[in-house]
Amino acid sequence: MTDKECYMQCEICHKNEATVHLTEIVNDKMTKLHLCEACAKEKGAEMEEHFGLNDLLAGLSDLGAAIEPEAMETIACKHCGLTYQEFKKIGRFGCGECYDAFKSQIAPLLKRIHGSERHIGKVPLRAGKTVKDTKNLQDLKMKMEKAIQDEAFEEAARLRDKIRELEKKDKNGKGK
Amino acid sequence: MTIDDFLKQDPEWLKATGPNSDIVMSSRSRLARNLDKIPFSHWSNKKDLENVLSMVGDAVSSVDLLKGALFIRLKDLSEVDRLLLVERHLMSPEHARDVEYKALIVDPKEIVSIMVNEEDHLRLQVLRSGLNLKDAWKIIDEIDTALSKILPFAYSPRWGYLTACPTNTGTGLRGSIMLHLPALVFAGQISKVLQATAKLGLNVRGLYGEGTEAIGNIFQVSNQVSMGLTEDEIIDNIERIITQIIAREDVTRKNIMVRSKEELTDRVWRAHGTLKGAHIITSNETITLLSVIRLGADLGIMKNIDRASINELFILTQPAHLQKLEGKSLSTKERDIKRAELIREKIK
Repeated sequence: MTDKECYMQCEICHKNEATVHLTEIVNDKMTKLHLCEACAKEKGAEMEEHFGLNDLLAGLSDLGAAIEPEAMETIACKHCGLTYQEFKKIGRFGCGECYDAFKSQIAPLLKRIHGSERHIGKVPLRAGKTVKDTKNLQDLKMKMEKAIQDEAFEEAARLRDKIRELEKKDKNGKGK
Repeated sequence: MTIDDFLKQDPEWLKATGPNSDIVMSSRSRLARNLDKIPFSHWSNKKDLENVLSMVGDAVSSVDLLKGALFIRLKDLSEVDRLLLVERHLMSPEHARDVEYKALIVDPKEIVSIMVNEEDHLRLQVLRSGLNLKDAWKIIDEIDTALSKILPFAYSPRWGYLTACPTNTGTGLRGSIMLHLPALVFAGQISKVLQATAKLGLNVRGLYGEGTEAIGNIFQVSNQVSMGLTEDEIIDNIERIITQIIAREDVTRKNIMVRSKEELTDRVWRAHGTLKGAHIITSNETITLLSVIRLGADLGIMKNIDRASINELFILTQPAHLQKLEGKSLSTKERDIKRAELIREKIK
């Protein structure tokens, strides 16, 4: 970090130190604003009026898009018919299947919102044994990777055996 | 039991019996769930929405934990009744709009409520008094598990619970704490504390009032992130940060008592005087003054009124409650008069 970045003057009052850094997107143009607390508060109130969660999400998903704009227009969820364009406009999915339909766009979006794109919490009972096993397998693999990173090789070996066992069980189950 | 019976009781969470209930008014855990293969509420047709209502209704009636719960079709209620449920924190203001295919399930003690066909097919919530988020999570977790034996929830091993809005995906869990922080506000330290809280990944907003202005010094703090952490981690994070805010408020209260006891005592009894003497009073003025006397009661400045009665007044003085108590619809001015009358009666 350079010295210039360390101390910034507020771009509105030119008096106080800029501690708030706003990124505003107007007509596809991105402008950065560096403001002091007091000016940011005023500016914030002004922005809130015409700035909702949908706009924010739209902005986020645009930044996260990895594919060509023309191709993106045409993507639609086969199950409920919601297009990716519509999702961007309303900020809501149409159904659970949309997550897979827009997979490549929403992985970066979720990462931006949550700092992660993987669920590690609860598993519903009805989701059944297969989902639970897949989930267990994923969890174990993640734990093993971490163990390797931490150079806890004994733990990693124990996890590897457990993973093999689960994978074998899965194979046998499918064979029946 | 009907809606009118709610008026005869205080909800469990309002009774100020939970831990730290001097500073923490309530703790809430909420889970967002959807039924597999059915489009989300905003994208569904009438048939789907009716289907969700009947599936959820059937499932709820076979869950022991929800025995005795009311199933209310919101279209069968008057507008005032719907607003009453919002004022009692049993459902969101959004749920009171476009009510044709919406329902609310609520247990008689008003601890558990389930909104059906809000943004998600199911929004389950548990409200508890004081800092009791772990307990609120435990109850909602059990109900969710019981329901998941019957209902096929939309779920993917990678993304977790699938919700209409990507901000809820994953656990679908939102834990929120309602805090009363008058000392930090009076001492001018609140914005610092709230900014630090926001930096730690929690959302902060005033309960009453718009934007940054928080009337009555009541703030709602909740987690922002619902994916990539386990439910226990989410709950634990919130409780840890809240514990620190409580400690700051507590120290500030003690400092005020040492440094400016007379000023505070003056302020508390003036607030009491206004509440006791007013014949016309707005909702905002009421909330502001109730906050001051609540602090007075907490610090022993005012001994003749208890915390639970003040909590109760926050709810009873809201528009729908006043109109239900009066048994007819009231204009704004009539409400201000009725409100003052009710307060004079309740405050000793």
